[in-house]
Amino acid sequence: MSATDHAHDDHGHHEQQNFFLKYFWSTDHKIIAQQYMWTGVFMALIGGFLAYAFRMQLAFPGKFIPGFGYMSSLEYNAAVTNHGTIMIFWFAMPVLIAAFGNLLIPLMVGCDDMVFPRINRLSYQVFLISAVILVSSFFVKGGGFNGAWTAYPPLSANSDYNMAPAGSSLWLIAVALEFVAFLLGGINFIVTAMSSRAPGMRMWDVPIVVWMIVVASILFMLSVGPLFAGAVMLLFDQNFGTYFFNPERGGDPILWQHLFWFFGHPEVYVVLLPAMGMSGEIIATFSRKKLFAYKTLLYTVFATGIISFFVWAHHQFIAGIDPRMANVFTVTTLIISVPIAEMCFLYIATLYGGSIRLKVPMLWGLAFVAEFLLGGVTGIFLGASGADIYFHDTYFVVAHFHYTFVPIAIIGFFMGFTYWFPKMYGKMLNETLGKIHFWITILGFNMIFIPLFFTGMWGDHRRIYNYSHFPDLVKNGIMQDLRIMATVGLLIMLSAQVIFLMNLIKTALSKQENCGPNPWKSNTLEWTAPSPPGHGNFAVMPTVYRGPYEYSLPDRESDFWPQSEPPDADKQA
Amino acid sequence: MTSAAVSPQLSRPATLAKPRFLEPAVLGVLIFIGAEVMFFSGLMSAYNIARAKVPMAIWPPPDQPRLPVESTAANTVVLLVSGLLLWLAVRAFHKNKQAVVLAIAGCTLGGVFVAVQGYEWVGLLSQGLNMQRSAHASFFYLIVGTHGLHIIGGLVGLLTVVRRLVQGTATLAQLRAAQVFWSFVVLIWPVLYVMVYL
Repeated sequence: MSATDHAHDDHGHHEQQNFFLKYFWSTDHKIIAQQYMWTGVFMALIGGFLAYAFRMQLAFPGKFIPGFGYMSSLEYNAAVTNHGTIMIFWFAMPVLIAAFGNLLIPLMVGCDDMVFPRINRLSYQVFLISAVILVSSFFVKGGGFNGAWTAYPPLSANSDYNMAPAGSSLWLIAVALEFVAFLLGGINFIVTAMSSRAPGMRMWDVPIVVWMIVVASILFMLSVGPLFAGAVMLLFDQNFGTYFFNPERGGDPILWQHLFWFFGHPEVYVVLLPAMGMSGEIIATFSRKKLFAYKTLLYTVFATGIISFFVWAHHQFIAGIDPRMANVFTVTTLIISVPIAEMCFLYIATLYGGSIRLKVPMLWGLAFVAEFLLGGVTGIFLGASGADIYFHDTYFVVAHFHYTFVPIAIIGFFMGFTYWFPKMYGKMLNETLGKIHFWITILGFNMIFIPLFFTGMWGDHRRIYNYSHFPDLVKNGIMQDLRIMATVGLLIMLSAQVIFLMNLIKTALSKQENCGPNPWKSNTLEWTAPSPPGHGNFAVMPTVYRGPYEYSLPDRESDFWPQSEPPDADKQA
Repeated sequence: MTSAAVSPQLSRPATLAKPRFLEPAVLGVLIFIGAEVMFFSGLMSAYNIARAKVPMAIWPPPDQPRLPVESTAANTVVLLVSGLLLWLAVRAFHKNKQAVVLAIAGCTLGGVFVAVQGYEWVGLLSQGLNMQRSAHASFFYLIVGTHGLHIIGGLVGLLTVVRRLVQGTATLAQLRAAQVFWSFVVLIWPVLYVMVYL
């Protein structure tokens, strides 16, 4: 199962490529990973800018926003909608699943490339087109789509209501194309992990992050269909005057909510699992300790995946669903917190008694677990239908899901990026700048969303663009102070990214030597390839002799034991 | 995890010589079919929810042209035979027998199915049944049309492989991958037929 029996027709003529072919038409999984990653980061900058614009409007309503101008209510809605859409579909998905999946799966299972390299390339191209369509939707007549990222009809279905006839259709087309891109990518991930593993690598020797990306891909495959069907129906309602979601002639607007959230909730786990897996790799490596209870962790991942299909209606407790159904979904929602909590406990157990090294990736990895835990715990209130009636559509919800998605997407990105940076580019990032960047980002992040828990509990509805119109929400002076505090937190968090950029530039300009294949002294297969890996990844295709987390074994001198090191080689170790 | 940590298993690499369970191309198509099943489930559950909400279960609306139930039943048989022929073609190819004729016959019947469906659509449209008529009509065109697009897509895949079959360059994995997808679109049709037409 090495290079020889993969009949990739693209192989062999990769050396003499020009710049365009190498970086824009490549079938190499590492290049496609970079394309996904940097496109995702670029989109995140747009999403971050939108967040800046609407947070400024909320903190200083009606004032001039530097870099944006005055914000109308329609622009506010479009900014909020596209912030959510971009951060989930064009940042979290491409970076966590597509970029790290592409980068890590072939390297970690020890093969030369994805099973279907050209489908992989097609996947990125479709994704890029979808990103271009989404960004272009901001500039058409009526502006970008403004019906929230959940796009509930009738608001989303009728341009008389949303006043963005072109924007809403372009938004929907972009989202649908993006699903196609990840469908193609996900098939690749699953098949590659199933059929291209290095000789000797059994199912239980596969690193946890690969498992998690595969399970996430399966979840995506099985959940995206109904939403795709719904998206087609909504597109027809918008443009061809059909009645799928229009009760006038027998349609049903609640139907969209079911189709959307049947996808929408598993989607949370689609983006969570890769981040969870990366933090597992990092915590094991930097604790110099075996990942605690590998198989239990895996079973909790499977359990999460299965249960995630039975919780979706907790988003609809006040949408008029049957209260008896609400009870059922409350129970399933509370049940799904069990496997997630178990994952966190297993990571904490991995840390226990380890030789913890607080390198920058480890800081991000630990921050991921800690901050995600806050998001998870606040979710208990929202999952219980009784409490949710009061919390629904308040800033408490906003704070809750940002405490899940920011750790997943932003902390997850930095965690994976700083950890695999040496593998991708052959250089080490600066630790001091990395730590400063880490602390300021974390400070800013918490400063944004802790106040919003309080404003939410005190009644701030989340879809108001100017609170000065609502005297009872500003009368109590501290409410506006808390909104301003959140905006200041956002400014801190955004400006911290300049430090990250400085770190990148400093590292790129530095004359440091190649960091070697294994700077973190880690066990998994990607660290046996050169940094950065060449075409075909490995100098010698690896053979696997053991599981991925054999750290600090008592009878060995070195505290790690790479998966591909032959058993008798430890005599020299 | 057992205590394998300190007891390296020397014989591991040799055990990996076992053959693959499935060809990657077939596995990829199967995963894709999984997504497709969920896609059609979405459409079908949406249809059933809309249907269940109709007062007094008058479905389809009585003022609409009647759907061509009988001719579509015959057409369903045509499609099932097409699926059977392609299954036989893969079997024949596997046994190194003549598969081209079976495959071409199967594709032809698939083409007949699409043509008859298109003919019926033209008839219904001329009787004034369009997507804007009612939720029922919207669903009818959406579901049948989606399936029709899948049939066309499946045929394009099959014809690509059949061309290689004629040239003698097709592999079993390619033929099987195309046929597995074709089986899916063939087998989901009777379900859709019963649900939408009857």
